[in-house]
Amino acid sequence: MNAKTADKVATGVIYAIAGSVALVLFAMLAFILVRGLPHLSWHFLTSAARSFEAGGGIGIQLFNSFYLLILAMLISFPIALGAAIYLNEYAKKNSLWVSIVRTSIEVMSSLPSVVVGLFGFLIFVVKFKLGFSILSGAIALTIFNLPILTRSIETSLSQIPNLQREAGAALGLSRFETVIHIILPASVPSIVTGVVISAGRVFGEAAALIYTAGQSAPTLDFTDWNPFNMASPLSPFRPAETLAVHIWKINSEGIMPDISEVSAGASAVLIIVVLLFNFSARRLGQLLYKKLTKA
Amino acid sequence: MQRSHRGSIIATLVVVLFAGLLVFAYQHRDSGHNSAPITAVGSTALQPLVEAAGEDFQRSNPGTSVTVQGGGSGTGLSQIAQGAVSLGNSDLYAEEKKGIDTKNLVDHRVAVVGIVPIMNQGTGVTNLTQSQLTDIFTGKVKNWKEVGGKDQEIVLVNRAAGSGTRAAFEKWGMNGAHSKEAQEQDSSGMVKSIVKTTPGAISYVAFAYKSNDVTMAKVNGVEPSNENVENGSYPLWSYEHIYTNGKGNAQVQKFLEYMESESFQKKYVEKLGYISMNKMKIDRDLNGHVTLVQKG
Amino acid sequence: MDLITEKIKKTSLSTKQDRFGKAISILALLFIAAIVVMIFAFVITRGFATFTSNKINVFDFLFGTNWNPSVVDKKTGLPGVGAAPLIIGSLAVTFLAALIATPFAIGTAVFMTEVAKKRGAKIMQPVIELLVGIPSVVYGVIGLTVVVPFVRSIFGGTGLGILSGTIVLCVMILPTITSMTVDTLKAVPRHYRESALAIGATRWQMIYKVILRAATPGILTAIVFGMARAFGEALAVQMVIGNAANMPESLVSPSATLTSVLTMGIGNTVMGSLQNNVLWSLAMILLLMSLVFNILIRWIGSKGELK
Repeated sequence: MNAKTADKVATGVIYAIAGSVALVLFAMLAFILVRGLPHLSWHFLTSAARSFEAGGGIGIQLFNSFYLLILAMLISFPIALGAAIYLNEYAKKNSLWVSIVRTSIEVMSSLPSVVVGLFGFLIFVVKFKLGFSILSGAIALTIFNLPILTRSIETSLSQIPNLQREAGAALGLSRFETVIHIILPASVPSIVTGVVISAGRVFGEAAALIYTAGQSAPTLDFTDWNPFNMASPLSPFRPAETLAVHIWKINSEGIMPDISEVSAGASAVLIIVVLLFNFSARRLGQLLYKKLTKA
Repeated sequence: MQRSHRGSIIATLVVVLFAGLLVFAYQHRDSGHNSAPITAVGSTALQPLVEAAGEDFQRSNPGTSVTVQGGGSGTGLSQIAQGAVSLGNSDLYAEEKKGIDTKNLVDHRVAVVGIVPIMNQGTGVTNLTQSQLTDIFTGKVKNWKEVGGKDQEIVLVNRAAGSGTRAAFEKWGMNGAHSKEAQEQDSSGMVKSIVKTTPGAISYVAFAYKSNDVTMAKVNGVEPSNENVENGSYPLWSYEHIYTNGKGNAQVQKFLEYMESESFQKKYVEKLGYISMNKMKIDRDLNGHVTLVQKG
Repeated sequence: MDLITEKIKKTSLSTKQDRFGKAISILALLFIAAIVVMIFAFVITRGFATFTSNKINVFDFLFGTNWNPSVVDKKTGLPGVGAAPLIIGSLAVTFLAALIATPFAIGTAVFMTEVAKKRGAKIMQPVIELLVGIPSVVYGVIGLTVVVPFVRSIFGGTGLGILSGTIVLCVMILPTITSMTVDTLKAVPRHYRESALAIGATRWQMIYKVILRAATPGILTAIVFGMARAFGEALAVQMVIGNAANMPESLVSPSATLTSVLTMGIGNTVMGSLQNNVLWSLAMILLLMSLVFNILIRWIGSKGELK
């Protein structure tokens, strides 16, 4: 076989490989959506789940998922941002302790989320007496999310060329001022993309929440927005089953007659939300990029 | 410089406003609704029943909240023994679980669960004796033809080691023998779907998961029905226990009274696939001694 | 004059700001480090209880083949705590998944960076990101409803086993390996390509003989990274592997991994008992393995940095 045919064959093989990967994804999406979409309705999305009768919805679970996500993001974003800024801007590249911290962050990111969940259960739920609550869940999610987010923000920061930092220094700006006024604005688009994509992962997380935010979704009073009342949707001390936990739970111990419908519908909703996160992340990133670079 | 000042002023304002709102909300909170919640943790098999009871109880007793979590009988028992929760749900007597300090625990039996051996539909077997079940699950019998079925290999599907259903099955179905290491699933739903789709598979589920997609075996020739459990002719069943640490506070006692009440047992227990305590004609203690219940 | 020297000698506002900013960012980092240390300490103290308070021999634990902690073995008088079947199961699915995923990942990455630069990146980038975003519960459900019946129809048996686990994991780690490989391929300097083409190499020769060679350390890092993910994955694997803690007989017989046994058992055991402690020992192995993977990544990275 001469070089030219080898080239053609190889190109063909590479096309085939890329095509099959795309095919696998589309097949999976189609599988989930085709099974789930017929069960979606306004009623399904807004009503409460029923434990042993048909016709339950996922309204509370959906709300819980978003609320928990927002809380977890509020806690983890500032910490991750600070850590990433230190790692990328201040830390000496070859210092021993930085590389230890970096390794430990990476170990943490490959930690099975079950272990995070159990840690959260024994420390926050039992020791600190937070109970099965949104707060415990949000902290567990934070632990799960921190390494992912730190890494993604650090990557965004490191993509800003050093020229910008040198320019800042040449203008007499301190390192902190350079970071705040030059580096951060320049990396906002990719940070936002990273945050939204990691939000998608947090949204689908189940194992870390089973033992922390709990597996029950008490009925909420949607007219009461005082976070200190137990029945209020905003209360951080109530137990909150999320969508992903709900899917896991009904697949394992559900006894309602329409398990497969609810499970398929909930999976479809979960996938759609994650898809939305991904697409909006790219759109938002592009939009911000356009806006910030024009000025 | 001015721009950054404006930014920090706005930020401070937002924080102050937010803190103010929180203080306002805290002062106007509905303190009547914030009594300590009743938390139940443990057995996933008992979870739906306690959940249903909790929902009903909250409706008739506004201001209380009942939260029910799974986690497994082991979690339930160890949490209640430590006093970390108000109720510990378990499929087992606390004495049967190693490592539990049973000194302060008070047992409340709230329902009975029947367990039925289920088989894939193609095995050609509809009845199994207890000794056959033992032989199958200990690996002595490997082919369905040895117990009167087709020439097909037996595929065991077990529940997770330590799960309540498995413990009850081994104790009452296999005369206390330990089943051999085989594949394990930790949920009834999974067990059912695997048995349904795998030729030659056998497992066991609670009555609540009965289904016509699989063959439900008679045990010793007795039909797995509620009546047969109630009169004691069907051996494979266990009590569902709720444990309290000491007597529990007034709220907890009231809740347990409600769960044991005639009206609750009638309304929910059978609807959710359990067997009502009130209908049991026999009583079986920890060691398997059966006595007739004196109805008074 | 005095005024000026004083002004210069005093720490300026921006220096103060700089110190403040640095302090805050160090604090954030320390916070993360503290959490990591806490988790490590927690898992290790719990995990060591098996060996200290339950007096289990470490070698019996690591190399024993009988896993059945709730039953006391008649011959040895000890509970079955041999974790070897689980360790082997975990390693098997991890290596097999990486083995299958790697060619696909490299192929896709080459497609995106070398073969169809514009179109390829535009289509495949979102595909890769979406694959990352699919929750592992959903992967598990798909594995159970599609992969397991498929394996069963070809090989018979239950369909649950290492093969099904491998297939599911392979799809799960594919995006990780791909996106990291894309990054390393992009980092190969442009003049490598130009010089290869200039001396008359075909595109494939350039990819195979120059670019992939130059990017080998990066690709290895990507593979190890994917393996680390596969090793720690729990829910999806647990749903398709069958969870039989026997020595794996074949790729299609039910087996178990560290994570699957851990997830299943933890709720059914009593805190502080041997059955519970031994599960924390499994968690400790998981932690140590992910440490090993990370050190491996660092080592490969430092060995083969592009100079």
